[in-house]
Amino acid sequence: MKRTRLMILSFVIGAAVMLAVSGLTRTISAQTPEPAPAAEAAPAAEAPVSDPTGATTGTAKDVTVKDAENPTINEVMETVGHNKISINFMWTLVCGFLVMFMQAGFALVETGFCRAKNAAHTMTMNFMVYGIGLLGYWICGYALQMGGAAGVTVLGGVAPLSHEFTISLFGHEWGLFGLKGFFLSGTTYDVGVFALFLFQMVFMDTAATIPTGAMAERWKFSSFVIFGFFMAMVVYPLFGNWVWGGGWLSKLGSNFGLGHGHVDFAGSSVVHMVGGVAALAGAMVLGPRIGKYTRDGKPVAMPGHHIPMALLGTFILAFGWFGFNAGSSLAGTDLRIAVVATNTMLASASGAFAAMLYVWAKYGKPDPSMLANGMLAGLVAITAPCAFVNSVAAVIIGAIAGVLVVVSVYFVERVMKVDDPVGAFSVHGVNGAWGVIALGLFADGTYGDAWNGVPGTVTGLFYGNASQFYAQLIGTATCFIFVFSAFYVFFKIQNAISPIRVPAEVELAGLDIPEMGVLAYPDFPLSTNTTVASSGAGVTDAAGSLAMKTSTAEG
Amino acid sequence: MRKIESIIRPHLLDAVKNALQEVGVAGLTITEVKGFGRQKGHTETYRGSEYKIDFLPKVKIEVVLPDEIVDLAIDAILKTAKTGKFGDGKIFVFPVEEVIRIRTAERGEQAL
Repeated sequence: MKRTRLMILSFVIGAAVMLAVSGLTRTISAQTPEPAPAAEAAPAAEAPVSDPTGATTGTAKDVTVKDAENPTINEVMETVGHNKISINFMWTLVCGFLVMFMQAGFALVETGFCRAKNAAHTMTMNFMVYGIGLLGYWICGYALQMGGAAGVTVLGGVAPLSHEFTISLFGHEWGLFGLKGFFLSGTTYDVGVFALFLFQMVFMDTAATIPTGAMAERWKFSSFVIFGFFMAMVVYPLFGNWVWGGGWLSKLGSNFGLGHGHVDFAGSSVVHMVGGVAALAGAMVLGPRIGKYTRDGKPVAMPGHHIPMALLGTFILAFGWFGFNAGSSLAGTDLRIAVVATNTMLASASGAFAAMLYVWAKYGKPDPSMLANGMLAGLVAITAPCAFVNSVAAVIIGAIAGVLVVVSVYFVERVMKVDDPVGAFSVHGVNGAWGVIALGLFADGTYGDAWNGVPGTVTGLFYGNASQFYAQLIGTATCFIFVFSAFYVFFKIQNAISPIRVPAEVELAGLDIPEMGVLAYPDFPLSTNTTVASSGAGVTDAAGSLAMKTSTAEG
Repeated sequence: MRKIESIIRPHLLDAVKNALQEVGVAGLTITEVKGFGRQKGHTETYRGSEYKIDFLPKVKIEVVLPDEIVDLAIDAILKTAKTGKFGDGKIFVFPVEEVIRIRTAERGEQAL
């Protein structure tokens, strides 16, 4: 009590002294009519001058020169150049941090859309994909993707990434993968290489975390771990190299006259379509969750256990997306980032709004889970074209994505009979494809001069360049065929060696205890009669929670 | 002694409890339950698939009373739990053989 009083007293005294001193300084400066020349004339008086407006902080004296009286133009230019690259580094790194936080968004969306009995399992997959993916990418993923990407001038050139493996075919060089930067060691111990690593790594991890949603509630955790390495070390880096690392898709323009080659500003195809198509292959190999379809093949609704969690996750993703898209300039000095960021937010809004109107009209109520998918679909679709289109096109692209995702969810569930609990393929796969195709349609020719080494700006079909559209189609088809075959074969082989799906009794009980050893919500009773349609599904649910109680007791 | 078991709409619990206290009920037990009667369930759509909500949430009140206030208590519930629409719930009345207060081992009405 006494001590508290003493502290308050000393605080009051301190505050009073500070007020008095600042009042005094103000009086002094008021008495001096022209402080700046006065200071120059009398350098002896070294009273510290405060700069509340910031107008005089950062001046010529902050430029490092040998002789302050006679600075050389070279010295000044070096500082300017260093500052330019510093701004780009800052921008790239901070945007990379934002993209890293998208992992949290994915975790919340996917966990919210699954049932409570699998919440710890789904959350942990989304958590560990960061640790697994990062290490795999450091070992060889980054080297395979960006090992030949030297020439990223906005980050100072990243010259050590100097070796692209190519083959000669039809009289042209086809870049397949890079070969510098393994373990970020040797000559690639370089600030530019590291900055680019951080940024590319969080993009790769976005792709890697997408399949965990489509495969949730039945995927064995051990199988997921191996998948994580395969995605980070092989599949993602290869396709990423072809588009962003100087590989053959980026050279379709300079080699075959197809626009600027396959153009994808921030990763509608490289990140989202790769993740979405991998998700489709995984969900197909796994098969639908028990109780998802009735005997006559009718889909059964399995409502997510935490809609607020899923919507919060969607907002976190939309926030991180500013880093994802605007950061992909890799340059804070490229003021096109204003257009990129604004287009991104416009497409997210029109995606959510179009999905709302369509779902409301079609099903009677604005289902929140579909509105979340609609916003993400708009974001995925604008990711490739965000730098190349105007605001009207951004709104149109987002709105089409919002409707497309609802139609696709219906199609995947009813026609393809693939069980995708969170709509990962519809959001990321279908709209990733739509995004790169939309670039080939709507790019208005105001940006992208000399993109991929082709003179002129990036221009789409609606603005008179059909060849850019063809390049986009080739990129999209390549992405689907390559990623789908790679992962379908991968999961089939993995499944043949050891089943990648948990046993039926584990699935019914919920994966939390058998797979992870801990319940997400130990203090809450899990519902025994969930609001699932057919009585059959209700029975399996009851059996599931019964089995879980037993295993809890044993544990 | 009789036991009144009453299924009511959850949002009317406070009103029913207050009315029961006014007629002299000293204690009661409630449970959150789900069920259906004439109100039936309703159909909703999640991600394009329809599902039926068969069991609607209700609150079950259990209270044991001396015979002389049973009718008063039933009136109190009828007055406060009724909206006039399907789904207002039901009241069941059972005879009670014995009541024992665990703390003191008292038996019969004085244990209520």
